[in-house]
Amino acid sequence: MKPAPFGYADPTSLDEALTLLTEDGAKVLAGGQSLLPLLSMRLASPATLVDINRIPGLDSVVVTPSGDGAGVRVGALVRHVELLHHAEAAQVQPLLARATSNVAHPAIRNRGTTVGSIAHADPSGEMTSVLALTGGSVTVATPAGSSAVGWADFFVGPLETSVHGPAVVTEAFFPALPPRTGTAFEEVSRRKGDYAVCGAGVTVTLDEDSRVTSARASYISVGLVPEVHDLTDAVVGQSVDSADWTAAGALARTLVDPDGDLHASADYRRLLVGVLTERTLARAAQEAQNR
Amino acid sequence: MIVSTERTISVTVNGVPRETTVPARRLLSDALRHDLQLTGTHVGCEHGVCGACTVLVDGTPVRSCLVLAVQVDGKAVTTVEGLARDDGRGGEILHPVQEAFRECHALQCGFCTPGFLMTMAAGLEARDRSTDITEDEVDEIVGGNLCRCTGYANIKKACRHAAGLMKEAAE
Repeated sequence: MKPAPFGYADPTSLDEALTLLTEDGAKVLAGGQSLLPLLSMRLASPATLVDINRIPGLDSVVVTPSGDGAGVRVGALVRHVELLHHAEAAQVQPLLARATSNVAHPAIRNRGTTVGSIAHADPSGEMTSVLALTGGSVTVATPAGSSAVGWADFFVGPLETSVHGPAVVTEAFFPALPPRTGTAFEEVSRRKGDYAVCGAGVTVTLDEDSRVTSARASYISVGLVPEVHDLTDAVVGQSVDSADWTAAGALARTLVDPDGDLHASADYRRLLVGVLTERTLARAAQEAQNR
Repeated sequence: MIVSTERTISVTVNGVPRETTVPARRLLSDALRHDLQLTGTHVGCEHGVCGACTVLVDGTPVRSCLVLAVQVDGKAVTTVEGLARDDGRGGEILHPVQEAFRECHALQCGFCTPGFLMTMAAGLEARDRSTDITEDEVDEIVGGNLCRCTGYANIKKACRHAAGLMKEAAE
């Protein structure tokens, strides 16, 4: 349970980091809360760890409340705990604080980074699904320059993204929540703070007469990559107080394709998708009335 | 930029400046125990699940098995050995969480205790001491640490007791 030997570098600029990452077997180290266990269990044994923690300019949360580019930009070194307590960011995109409160335990959130958990692309990670549900993107820096990659093009498989070769994910962008839209996030886990057996993040949008115009959901620990499911058909045009959230839950159950494992069977996960969808949509709809 | 397989690091541990040379792959938990001979920090699962190795880095609780020793170069680390205060007469005054653990019988074998103490001390120091602690707060504070002996009832009791002691001290 000790990492295999590796070389370590802690560059102080992004250019230096990218140069170091051109070497074979070099890997980025940010918060390390997923990477270190992988190293200790020898599931990964990179030749070099490029620690980005000393690079300035990657630790800011930039909130743009409205207009062009409205949303929250999260730098690669922003820890989960900072998003959890960021009141301005929660105002513009409430899913950030809601989801980060479900990320592991305080000691892990103090160290783990939100962008790192997205780059890790674990299907049981909260922030990958939030990036998808909000229609977000990441900024990927390579020696050739920086470019934005939308969430759908970024996630390729479990623990796999479309980014190959020397690259650092420098930022994640979560678009602002539209008006008359509410959100909710809930997980079921075996132990408090543990990986979710199943989790759901949802958004509900209402029109001026409080009728549902959109209901969308993204799930945690269900499927191989984050997906966004449109559940609007089950509740479209229905009034917020009498909408058939059970029907939306039933629809969600037909759209997902969960796997079974030691912790839960596929059928149990599918059941949880229905239950969590029904509960969270109802809460999100109530919230949407007040936004 | 140099890639190194070994580094000399300077760390302030429990208020004392220390210097040690470690391989790059050395976990902070192992550096504390093996290189600095501070065996109060316990190593349980070694992959971030059990919380036994929790220490404070610059005042913030982290799992020392999920941090490399080279990453704390220039930082301040507090371990369970540094939790009690010097009483100025050659003895020590226990931290309220240590007091509470003794009072509430919150340990049996004691293996998980250092991690609980560090997590709880940081959690209680971060909260508003003028208010009574809620059950949700207690669950949030102790939820990330595993204990196989106590069944947690007395650990949670100790958390409430320590919060009470700290509230009294703040009044």
